[in-house]
Amino acid sequence: MRVIKYTAAVATALLLTACAQKKENIYYWGDYQNSLYSFYQNGSAPEKEIATLNKVIEEAKAKNKPVAPGLHAQLGLLYVNAGQPDLAFQQFTAEKTAFPESASYMDFLMRNKQGAK
Amino acid sequence: MKKLFAFTALLAVITLTGCAKKTPHDYSAFRASKPASILVLPAENHTTDIAAAHSLTSLVTQPLAESGYYVFPVAVVEETFKQNGLNNATDIRSVSTTKLHDIFNADAALYIDINTYGTKYLIVDSETRVTASAKLVDLRSGKQIWSGSATASDNESSNNNQSALGMLIAAAVHQIASNVSDKAHDVAAITSARLLTAGDDGALLPGPRAKAGKI
Repeated sequence: MRVIKYTAAVATALLLTACAQKKENIYYWGDYQNSLYSFYQNGSAPEKEIATLNKVIEEAKAKNKPVAPGLHAQLGLLYVNAGQPDLAFQQFTAEKTAFPESASYMDFLMRNKQGAK
Repeated sequence: MKKLFAFTALLAVITLTGCAKKTPHDYSAFRASKPASILVLPAENHTTDIAAAHSLTSLVTQPLAESGYYVFPVAVVEETFKQNGLNNATDIRSVSTTKLHDIFNADAALYIDINTYGTKYLIVDSETRVTASAKLVDLRSGKQIWSGSATASDNESSNNNQSALGMLIAAAVHQIASNVSDKAHDVAAITSARLLTAGDDGALLPGPRAKAGKI
């Protein structure tokens, strides 16, 4: 009797948790996607979005989480638009280091400085 | 005692059938392709709202990246196409998979179609709905390896969101709503999460950067 009672309790607990997937984000996102949306809407004045993305990088560091794919490259594009190619290249390189999958494309962007401009 | 036994038996039946799925989706092409990186092409907008494409494109990185894929920087990619004289989604779609692979070295490309975007005003009510579909094409073989579609509306009852996805969506909406006051864009975040979150049968398979222990 006691065994069955125990079994029932365990089974209930398992049932209630079995299908649920706990989901913790891999990356720190902050305002990255909102910044993308603003970039698309306005296009001009990169300074504000540069500040936003640098803030996201700082926040990610503080939380000890990686920034999302593409964030460094996006910041690189903003620096290109702001006429700061050195800072842009630093960001393209950071994207490449964090995500080797992007290496060819980041090299392509840095080879064709005009391509990103 | 008898009652308890019946209860236990019932629980056992529910346990054995609860998570079971009907006909499992055929993932053979997807599994053979094993993409690690996804190039999201600018979305093709079939609606009258010109904001739709950029709204949705700005929201696809999160579900794809959290599903374990490297996602190419969507706005930078669009800029590269522009520099090469390709200014709209239709022209960009005509670029061959070989050429895309040469430039970006991405394993797969995601082609998105937006079919509904915006608010419909009815006599007593209004509804904001965003519907989109997508297909994933292996850029090394040129073969389509997955397709899916999703819709979301601000009129849905809250009880049809399930488990992890429901939580994810709630979080996404909260995040967006606190910063941008644009209803269709908020709904697009839900559509994007439903369309591009890995895990469920028929959805994308998790990518190599996904945390272990899922499917």
